[in-house]
Amino acid sequence: MPPSDTPQTARPQGVEGDALIVFDKVVKRFGDLTVLDNLDFSVAPGERVTLIGPSGSGKTTILRLLMTLEKVTEGLIMIDGEPFSHMQRAGGMVPANESYLRARRKRIGMVFQQFNLFPNMTVRKNIIEAPVHVLEMPKDEANARAEELLDLVGLGDKIDAHPTQLSGGQQQRVAIARALAMNPEILLLDEVTSALDPELVAGVLDVLREVAENTDITMLCVTHEMAFARDVSHRVLMFDQGQIAEAGSPDQIFGDPKEERTKTFLKSVLDNGP
Amino acid sequence: MMFWDFEWTFEIMPDLLAGLWVTVQVTVAAYLMALVLGLGIAILRRLPGFGPTLHFVMEFIRTTPLVIQLVFVFLLAPSTVSGMTVGILVLGVHYSAYTAEVYRSGIEGVDQGQWEASRALSLPASRTWGAIVLPQAIRKVIPALGNYLIAMFKDTPLLFAIGVAELLTEAQRVGSAGFRVVEAYTVVGILFLLVSIPSAILIRRLERRYAAV
Repeated sequence: MPPSDTPQTARPQGVEGDALIVFDKVVKRFGDLTVLDNLDFSVAPGERVTLIGPSGSGKTTILRLLMTLEKVTEGLIMIDGEPFSHMQRAGGMVPANESYLRARRKRIGMVFQQFNLFPNMTVRKNIIEAPVHVLEMPKDEANARAEELLDLVGLGDKIDAHPTQLSGGQQQRVAIARALAMNPEILLLDEVTSALDPELVAGVLDVLREVAENTDITMLCVTHEMAFARDVSHRVLMFDQGQIAEAGSPDQIFGDPKEERTKTFLKSVLDNGP
Repeated sequence: MMFWDFEWTFEIMPDLLAGLWVTVQVTVAAYLMALVLGLGIAILRRLPGFGPTLHFVMEFIRTTPLVIQLVFVFLLAPSTVSGMTVGILVLGVHYSAYTAEVYRSGIEGVDQGQWEASRALSLPASRTWGAIVLPQAIRKVIPALGNYLIAMFKDTPLLFAIGVAELLTEAQRVGSAGFRVVEAYTVVGILFLLVSIPSAILIRRLERRYAAV
């Protein structure tokens, strides 16, 4: 993993100029249900942003839109100054087609709540599949990288195991290694510890802390682990009903929330949380 | 006149075994065709635009009798095409309508998360299907596919209708030639059992083995 060359300082809030990810008036509806409502926000390169908020507030949808698992209903997503949800055609913007997305999606990786490892493949195959077949990395190199990444997540001895032989926490660590094997610029973490038994959560979060400290990958993280959010993120966005209710540094959001909705939510999480 | 003539039974055995051999050849060839064609249909049905047309064609095939399809195609086919070829083609296409449904259920049984993970890794469609979805889907439906092998085997006597020298046709021929049909048809029944029962046991085994995923 390349060492970080960016200082671990909090970033200016609401950066627009050199933003890596920009959501511009994004609306996402499922039928009559509006999940994201005219959402505007941006993320700077290398920034780590945690999305919190009650379930159904649209956090996961943001990650799924970036991973192109969903399409925007209205509005535009830009990545690196280039349209992502849409593409330029005949002077106007049209929804991006598959080949357009395929060329750009490679920069983004995602770790899922349910791990979603491929059960018909060994851990090694899970990790080298995309580097070999998408990045066209030579097999030797992909294997070496897989071993390196498994060591990073503390599972060097499980390289020839099948996912079903691993605990949930181990599976999730493999899923993190699999996502990192693609050298993503942007890593999306979707409630990665929510499906785990409580005693397995810490191991996964430790791995992610290490990734956060040692790389400059831009991270968007949906989580209910407030301590983790406080440790690793530069900025916290509090979502409610498809909009950002409050944004600020972790210290401000967790220490001195301004909005009533944020206070209510944090109280409910801390009361029922682990 | 004896009810059962062993000597006669032995006399007609070579012809009946030749009939069995034709039956097995037709079954294997048509089954392979149904496996491949059914898979192709199941995949095509997931692509935009193909679904309704394929659905209609498969419904049509499933809701009309196999024997009528056989006779119909046999009569339409040029006379240079043998009955056996027609039999294999029609059985293969007919059963592909069923195997396609089996594959479809297997494909739909693959967790949505597998598709999403493939997409998140930017895998091309060929890898998503070939390395991830189909290996998982097919594993689940191997027993169901096996059942269609036995069903198809039991349907081969319908080729009698288009004069293919399979087991029933041969029994009918040698039986009526010797004016003794009991032996011939009994042997046909026994030969079918001799193939079906071990196949069924094999499929039950496969079922147990692949159920433990």
